[in-house]
Amino acid sequence: MRRGYPKVTGVLPVALANATKVISNVIHTVKEYVMVIQFHADIDIEKVKSVLEYFVGEIYQRPPLRSSVKRTVRRRRIHYIELLDHRDRYVLVRVGCDAGTYMRKLAHDIGLILGIGAHMRELRRTRTGPFREDETLVKMQEVSEALYTWREKGDERYLRRIILPVETAIAHLPKVMILDSAVDAVAHGADLAVPGIARLTKDIEHGKTVAILSLKGELVALGKALKNSSEIASMKKGIVVKTWRVYMDRGVYPPIWRKK
Amino acid sequence: MGLVEKGIRFIENITRHASYEQEWIVLREADTSPDYGVLPYNRPIEQHIHNGVINLDKPPGPTSHEVVAWIKKMFGLEKAGHGGTLEPQTLEIGFEAGLSQGYGCITSSFS
Repeated sequence: MRRGYPKVTGVLPVALANATKVISNVIHTVKEYVMVIQFHADIDIEKVKSVLEYFVGEIYQRPPLRSSVKRTVRRRRIHYIELLDHRDRYVLVRVGCDAGTYMRKLAHDIGLILGIGAHMRELRRTRTGPFREDETLVKMQEVSEALYTWREKGDERYLRRIILPVETAIAHLPKVMILDSAVDAVAHGADLAVPGIARLTKDIEHGKTVAILSLKGELVALGKALKNSSEIASMKKGIVVKTWRVYMDRGVYPPIWRKK
Repeated sequence: MGLVEKGIRFIENITRHASYEQEWIVLREADTSPDYGVLPYNRPIEQHIHNGVINLDKPPGPTSHEVVAWIKKMFGLEKAGHGGTLEPQTLEIGFEAGLSQGYGCITSSFS
């Protein structure tokens, strides 16, 4: 471990096998962190509070020197900053923000505004979109124990608790549930037309990603909406979701659509 | 409870649990056959694993990438992936710490 390297822990959704196909969808979702900021001089906690308040809303950040993205200034929204605790020169905060907000930058900038300097000492992610720090969050040891209990003792219950269905990773997306007769067509990459839809959520927007589900709730594919929810509801026919990532294997549902 | 109700309830539960609010527009009432597919929480264990996600508490030390590699090996899977690393958050401090503490040159502090 490199000296001076901050500890980073917390919510890291890991997709197994097929689920890897759709896990990248959580990257651009809302985040929450708990961070220890270390100030470089003694602090007046009331001043710290008002400076934290100042950072809520739109902020501007340039990505770090070494980063995989283009280093142009980006606009990000800080939804809230809560002061949880403080001791000496350390302050513990909870931050809710857009994806791609650099906490390390935020800590640095808070130090700048206070005029005494500061850096991020420790960071824990407590949320990324549908995944949170709750009873589903598990440690590496628990995964290893669950796997052992299943392999050596034939008891799969523990493993079932540890592994969440892939649908959890798309829980934040707008959804359509489709008829059995439409499933295999979509699994073959066909776009979704209105007659194949049983129900849809009200938050579908033109151009946004939609999760296409079977009536049993199984993920069939992800698509891009060509209409918003109310438009879809008023249509009798026509393609409304363009399928762009098929999840379900072909042939799970019967190919009724092929019948002449 | 019918299969469709169970499917809808499952989806509503995971959505609510993730703190998202959604309302339905019902276009047509439909049934689903028990002969094809399966409720997501009733997949046989092998299938459950292959269509599963672990909400992992990343330990301090290894990178997200290393953690994923361990999981992949533990399960003996061909593929595994994560939903966004925690590393962009630490990259620069590694770089600066290397410099300010006089740990060799930039490249060696970053290899």
